[in-house]
Amino acid sequence: MIRVVLPAHLRKLAQIEDEITLEVKGPVTQRSVLDALESSFPTLRGTIRDYTTQQRRPFIRFFGCSEDLSHEPPDTPLPNEVAEGIEPFLIIGAIAGG
Amino acid sequence: MKGSPADPEHIYASQSSSWSGQVMQRSKDGGKTWEVVGNQFTYDGIAGTHQWYDGKPHPWEFKRVWHLEPSLNDPETVYAGVEDAALFRSSDGGTTWAELSGLRNHDTGSRWQPGAGGMCLHTVVLDPSDPKRIFVAISAAGAFRSDDTGATWRPITRGLKSNFLPDPTAEVGHCVHRIAMHPSRPQTLFMQKHWDVMRTDDAGESWREVSGDLPTDFGFVIDVHAHEPETVYVVPIKSDSEHYPPDGKLRVFRSRTGGNEWEPLTAGLPQENCYVNVLRDAMAVDSLDSCGLYFGTTGGQVYGSSDGGDTWAPIVRDLPAVLSVEVQTLA
Repeated sequence: MIRVVLPAHLRKLAQIEDEITLEVKGPVTQRSVLDALESSFPTLRGTIRDYTTQQRRPFIRFFGCSEDLSHEPPDTPLPNEVAEGIEPFLIIGAIAGG
Repeated sequence: MKGSPADPEHIYASQSSSWSGQVMQRSKDGGKTWEVVGNQFTYDGIAGTHQWYDGKPHPWEFKRVWHLEPSLNDPETVYAGVEDAALFRSSDGGTTWAELSGLRNHDTGSRWQPGAGGMCLHTVVLDPSDPKRIFVAISAAGAFRSDDTGATWRPITRGLKSNFLPDPTAEVGHCVHRIAMHPSRPQTLFMQKHWDVMRTDDAGESWREVSGDLPTDFGFVIDVHAHEPETVYVVPIKSDSEHYPPDGKLRVFRSRTGGNEWEPLTAGLPQENCYVNVLRDAMAVDSLDSCGLYFGTTGGQVYGSSDGGDTWAPIVRDLPAVLSVEVQTLA
């Protein structure tokens, strides 16, 4: 199972309170994790990534194992610790606006 | 945010940010509870290009919903004006959206350019006397009308003059800020343009300026009294580069003559050191016997008047910048 942590505003939108776990079939990548996330929580469709282009929102970042994965290609395998559920896949709202 | 004229408990709202993208919500109980509805706005066919600020072709890209306009008689049907400029319609309460692509595919579409706030379709006016007729306004493409429920469109800009354009009377390129209609006179529209307050009495076939004695004819909002179709309200703003009221005095101007002759309404509004703006969606009128008016500012105040604008009082005053004001009369 993949562990996923969402930023507060998306937890509120998806009506969840804590870290969630997802079952991901096949290679564990950004794309497959986000596909599984949106499948489980349809209200998140179009929020983390653009509906049409699938591009990550400018003020959303992806982290795993203390590494910024935001600019990795979406089909690159995530770190083993994330794929094995040891470490969470972190979806972070950028600290921006100041 | 906009409530359904057919069911005052039915409200649609748009949220958008770089942290969340486009989120759409609706309420069926007057705003007590909300549900997330569809947020997929996909342009019909190959989107093509419009002009960018530098005049070069730029791909059409959905960015956000600027305005929601529920149907006059079906609470499940709602129109959405979006950036980059296009009109969408939902017939299932916002669950799914389909583009009325005849607008964006108008012959002039590839020449449209964004205004300072983006290339947004921000105004949708539905004709209560003709269910096939729709008016829209786009910054900075201009104003358009459809007489076939959105299938085909044509610019309605004759009489508009925008001195920033190479051709000041061009068919498209005018930065229209807002259009208002009184439901009893659907042939008459009032327009706040980037500069100039305009009026048409033939559904946009021709416009004439009615700025008259306003201290400045720049502004964003314009609205019409609920029971007096010749009574119009604007909030003049100093200039396109100085988005605050002239002399730091927040004044609503009212014309009881359909334009040209305007009176300042100041009672209860700050008359010194006020440097807020009133954005295009941030004014609403109710339909009570004594018409109520409401407007919000970029300083986070919402003012209300229960006497047609003669006197004002703040309803709330410490919100973030107010983008939209809507009023519904609930039972």
